[in-house]
Amino acid sequence: MNYFQLFQVPAQFDLDLTELGTRYLELQRNFHPDNFASASERDRLLAVQQAANINDAYHSLKQPLLRAEHLLALRGVKISHEQRSFTDTVFLMQQMELRELLADILHSTDPYALIDEAEQQIQQQKKLLLKQLAYALDANQPEQDLLAADIIRKLKFFFKLQHELELIEQQLQD
Amino acid sequence: MAYSEKVIDHYENPRNVGAFAKDDPTVATGMVGAPACGDVMKLQIKVNEQGIIEDAKFKTYGCGSAIASSSLVTEWVKGKSLDEAAQIKNTDIAQELALPPVKIHCSILAEDAIKAAIADYKSRHGS
Repeated sequence: MNYFQLFQVPAQFDLDLTELGTRYLELQRNFHPDNFASASERDRLLAVQQAANINDAYHSLKQPLLRAEHLLALRGVKISHEQRSFTDTVFLMQQMELRELLADILHSTDPYALIDEAEQQIQQQKKLLLKQLAYALDANQPEQDLLAADIIRKLKFFFKLQHELELIEQQLQD
Repeated sequence: MAYSEKVIDHYENPRNVGAFAKDDPTVATGMVGAPACGDVMKLQIKVNEQGIIEDAKFKTYGCGSAIASSSLVTEWVKGKSLDEAAQIKNTDIAQELALPPVKIHCSILAEDAIKAAIADYKSRHGS
């Protein structure tokens, strides 16, 4: 299913999230079960199915990584369920160093300074990668799509790091 | 989800955690990662003149299954030749640790890590 078509928004990475939210509410209203109370069994079921599609689509389109994955899948590059290992050594070394920095936080005498440092590095890298991703996806060329897939894989590591950092912050507060 | 006893054992008492000196010419390194869960695995082997893996170390940031898979592989490769070590299959790792289907990718990661380390050794020693 083409989520962009369902929401009648352009099939591109750079989306107007306000417009997306408005469209979501409209679609939700249109397919609300109340509208189908007196409809046939078949139409009622179709409406329920469509309401579920609308929710899935909104969930995917509003998050940059899922939106990018969906856009690539529509172009024939499917990466959402891949199990292939990532082997960019230089990138992974950097990930290892950031993981080590995170591991040091809990034993540090000044944990919040390390948190700031990690946060800054993660945000900076994420911003850069998201910019590169938007650029690659905009090109709409097969080789740029493969590059975009690789950027998504890298971004996933950073989103994971950010999640780990949030867990550490929670641990510190407890 | 419940971990098997073997996973818990390797997770609580990981074998061969650490790193060798980077500039040691007998050491080779394999780095792999799994984008889906953000796991990062580093596996190092120390190879003697006869081409036998004398020692191995790992460092893994990931779930219990990923840590157990890499810990197990460092135990298995010791005493093996490079070609023997390259024969280790993720299915053997998954079976030994009784990994559930959703954790099979952890064993794939460990297989790819040892393969990457062997490839690194071969590329440095021109064979």
